[in-house]
Amino acid sequence: MTLAEGILAGDQRALARLITMVENRPQEAISDLQALYPHTGKALVVGITGPPGAGKSTLVGRLAKKLRQLGKTVGIIAVDPTSPFTGGAILGDRIRMQELATDPGVFIRSMGTRGSLGGLAKATHNVIRILDAAGKDYIFVETVGVGQSEVDIVKTADTTLVVLVPGLGDDIQTIKAGILEIADIFVVNKADRQGADRVVAELEMMLDLSNREAAWRPPVYSTIATTNKGIDAVVEGIEGHIQHLRQNGQLEVRRRERYRTEIMAIVEEEIKARLLDLWSAGGLEQLLEKVAAREKDPFAAAREILQPITGNGKGGTP
Amino acid sequence: MFVKEQVDSIREKKRKWEETTLKKVIDRFPERKEEFRTLSGLPVQRVYTPLDVADQDYERDQGMPGEYPYTRGIQPTMYRGRLWTMRQYAGFGTAEESNERYKYLLEQGQTGLSVAFDLPTQIGLDSDHPLAEGEVGKVGVAIDSLQDMETLFAGIPLDKVSTSMTINAPAAILLAMYIAVAEKQGVAPEKLSGTIQNDILKEYVARGTYIFPPQPSMRLITDTFAYCSANLPNWNTISISGYHIREAGCTAVQEVAFTLANGIAYVDAAVKAGLDVDKFAPRLSFFFNAHMDLLEEVAKFRAARRLWARIMKERFGAKHPKSLMLRFHTQTAGCALTAQQPDNNVVRVTLQALAAVLGGTQSLHTNSRDEALALPSEDSVRIALRTQQIIAHESGVANTIDPLAGSYYVESLTNQIEERAMEYIEKIDALGGAVKAIEQGFMQREIQESAYEYQKAVEAEERIVVGVNKFQLEEEETPKDLLKVDPAVGRYQKEKLSQLRATRDQGAVEGALQRLKETAQSDANLLPPIIEAVKAYATLGEICDVLREVFGEYEASVIF
Amino acid sequence: MTDRPIRVLIAKPGLDGHDRGAKVLARALRDAGMEVIYTGLRQTPEQIVETGIQEDVDVIGLSILSGAHNHLFPRVMELLREKGAEDILVIGGGIIPEDDIPALKEAGIAEIFTPGTTTQAVIEYIKERAQQS
Repeated sequence: MTLAEGILAGDQRALARLITMVENRPQEAISDLQALYPHTGKALVVGITGPPGAGKSTLVGRLAKKLRQLGKTVGIIAVDPTSPFTGGAILGDRIRMQELATDPGVFIRSMGTRGSLGGLAKATHNVIRILDAAGKDYIFVETVGVGQSEVDIVKTADTTLVVLVPGLGDDIQTIKAGILEIADIFVVNKADRQGADRVVAELEMMLDLSNREAAWRPPVYSTIATTNKGIDAVVEGIEGHIQHLRQNGQLEVRRRERYRTEIMAIVEEEIKARLLDLWSAGGLEQLLEKVAAREKDPFAAAREILQPITGNGKGGTP
Repeated sequence: MFVKEQVDSIREKKRKWEETTLKKVIDRFPERKEEFRTLSGLPVQRVYTPLDVADQDYERDQGMPGEYPYTRGIQPTMYRGRLWTMRQYAGFGTAEESNERYKYLLEQGQTGLSVAFDLPTQIGLDSDHPLAEGEVGKVGVAIDSLQDMETLFAGIPLDKVSTSMTINAPAAILLAMYIAVAEKQGVAPEKLSGTIQNDILKEYVARGTYIFPPQPSMRLITDTFAYCSANLPNWNTISISGYHIREAGCTAVQEVAFTLANGIAYVDAAVKAGLDVDKFAPRLSFFFNAHMDLLEEVAKFRAARRLWARIMKERFGAKHPKSLMLRFHTQTAGCALTAQQPDNNVVRVTLQALAAVLGGTQSLHTNSRDEALALPSEDSVRIALRTQQIIAHESGVANTIDPLAGSYYVESLTNQIEERAMEYIEKIDALGGAVKAIEQGFMQREIQESAYEYQKAVEAEERIVVGVNKFQLEEEETPKDLLKVDPAVGRYQKEKLSQLRATRDQGAVEGALQRLKETAQSDANLLPPIIEAVKAYATLGEICDVLREVFGEYEASVIF
Repeated sequence: MTDRPIRVLIAKPGLDGHDRGAKVLARALRDAGMEVIYTGLRQTPEQIVETGIQEDVDVIGLSILSGAHNHLFPRVMELLREKGAEDILVIGGGIIPEDDIPALKEAGIAEIFTPGTTTQAVIEYIKERAQQS
């Protein structure tokens, strides 16, 4: 039985193993991913991001529990940074979700960023597909911070939650540009802390001033995830946003945009790999020498590399 | 401490010595290491002189025993009046078995009891809870209801012994049971003396047996302070513990700093709850670790005493002398014991115990040599107790007060530890106090850094642990007569529980639990309804469940 | 660094809160280039086994100081077998009396590391065994 068949038959180990393959040897996972593709497209993908210590894991755990009570199944992908020095990582997000560990309707997977951010975004994308094919109704992707890499990962989501907490000081100012762009929903967690009201007020003010699409103004929810306060409202908020996307056709538009990005990325990668295969290392070096000696300009060199596809010396874009 | 001319002359003398006498030797025979450090990493100089304590003011910084700032000890006669309380922590299996061990220890000359509870009891689960499977009676005695507590103290007159109970999250409930047992023995609450550990903050930081979140936990503690100050005047309502924080791997400075920072949080909470500081502060007690670096540990105890006195006086305006005194229990460092060549642990424990005595402890537990392998056997426990008795009666160190005072090294270390601890406390204040610092993982992170550094130093053999990374034996001989807890304890406790549930007045239990719930939802003192519930034979698990329902449960965060 | 990081679940079954050893080891494994999944205190055998499977780990490390190892370690092995995941390497550590070790190995625990073991020894053991599989 292939891993894909195992996954479709509900085998948890096959599911876990294909994820490992996607992370370690993505080329070998292609046939299984292809076999799973017809079974995907049903899950709703929710991205969750925010600064460290915002309580994202606890929040995800609570949201998942609520969705389980509503009869939905849930997949969770928790991403933590890999040490750039050792390649190792401590993945500790599960601690907040361990009561879900034995629930057959929940599958949790921790992932390290493992250096290459582009690679991670792609792997995450494929892990989402796998969980989708395995029949999960909701898939949460949790990442730390609101840097570019997180934004890339979060872009694979249908709905994005940005979690903030009181007590971050000026940080909200520095990250506001980034979060306004990606947030569909704001959650101010640890709302029992001093300053929570101010964070909510600041966000509302930012939203008043923003010129984002008028049809959807991101709602701001207050939660105390540790005591389950405000969780029901966030679940309703997520459903509300999905509803909104469906009604105005945005869900399809967003997804179509992602297909395009994904296909183009695969194409780019394949072309690059094939061309570099054709150009032996030595040949490339010679070309570099010429550019360095000002015998050739970079555009001409690029055209030369592309020649096997373009068939003449004039292909490519200057 | 010295006049300027003296200091100048000594400085000149030292300079000359370095250039002549010392230089001649050191050029030919370099020292063993480039730099010397204490176990906690504080730099240690070659030799200490009056120059290192030149800033000290004897009256301000040391004073006399029994007087502010209590650097030299909290009593004017110390061990010349009465020796420290020799208190061996014990308890395992059923209440019946532990009761026998207590009677044995009292016969052997032990002067106070120290009750170890099993883990289900410590986290408020009855013995028949699924998570308790395999744990019942293992690291201490299993207490499910007042019935077990009655058995535990059968034949032990509670007005004659002082009892220390290592119980934290459900401390108020175990104290309620103790009060109820005493009442059945005809002993009034004001006659009771002893201690409940009751220190939840270090559970979040290091020990892990928490139940409720910080806020309601702090309320349980201040409710206990209030109840005891009115009803149990001789009861130590808390034992603010650095012991476990040190076991988790921190340094001596961090042990002092984090323990006193937690102490500040309790005092703050009680003051905020409307209690008068001099009403409850005299019943606060502390609990420290005695580790391997003898002189550093002595300095640590002295620094802790002085710093606490200053904090209580300057920060909280306490006036009662007892509010200013840091009274403490000490246990020798469990983490310093080795599984290799376990008899060597007797020597380690002797040095650690000596540090505690030279540091002026009020009571002491000495670990048994086999504790890195299993629960201690009766023989090992006896040797551990004898170690204390030899220090007390043969070594001569108990004949005078604070005998290491005036040592340039010890005084200098005392100053350094106090200073560095104060820096940490200021940092914690800046984070919003101990509770906030813990919620943000500050202390946890600092401790883990120290623990990891220490482990790396041992593995790199920068630190020698005899028998572990040097002086090993080819063939380790493992001691044979280790204590085994009968696995039948769990079954026995379950049977006892189901019998209890079948025979008690169920209506009374439900009524009491209902009143407990209502009180928990209000802000009235929780002790009276807890005592009522205990007396109705509600189980520990049932009482904790009511509180869990109202308070919620603590969820730890992982800090790396 | 190998082409793929070894994945290790460090779990604390039982009710004791002594996680110094588990955390020090977790950090040492991370610094040796492994991905360590850390799940905190009070984990049931069921949670440990499900986590090990979902995270597709190569190794499960169990740390316990409460004395309940004779009950909890074999239970973990039993559940792994039930789920067809007995190929995951399981090692244990903590305060475990010598006398108890043979029975634990009999139950399927590959190795028991007692106090005084260096993190380096554990790292080497894991690397050697995980590369075999």
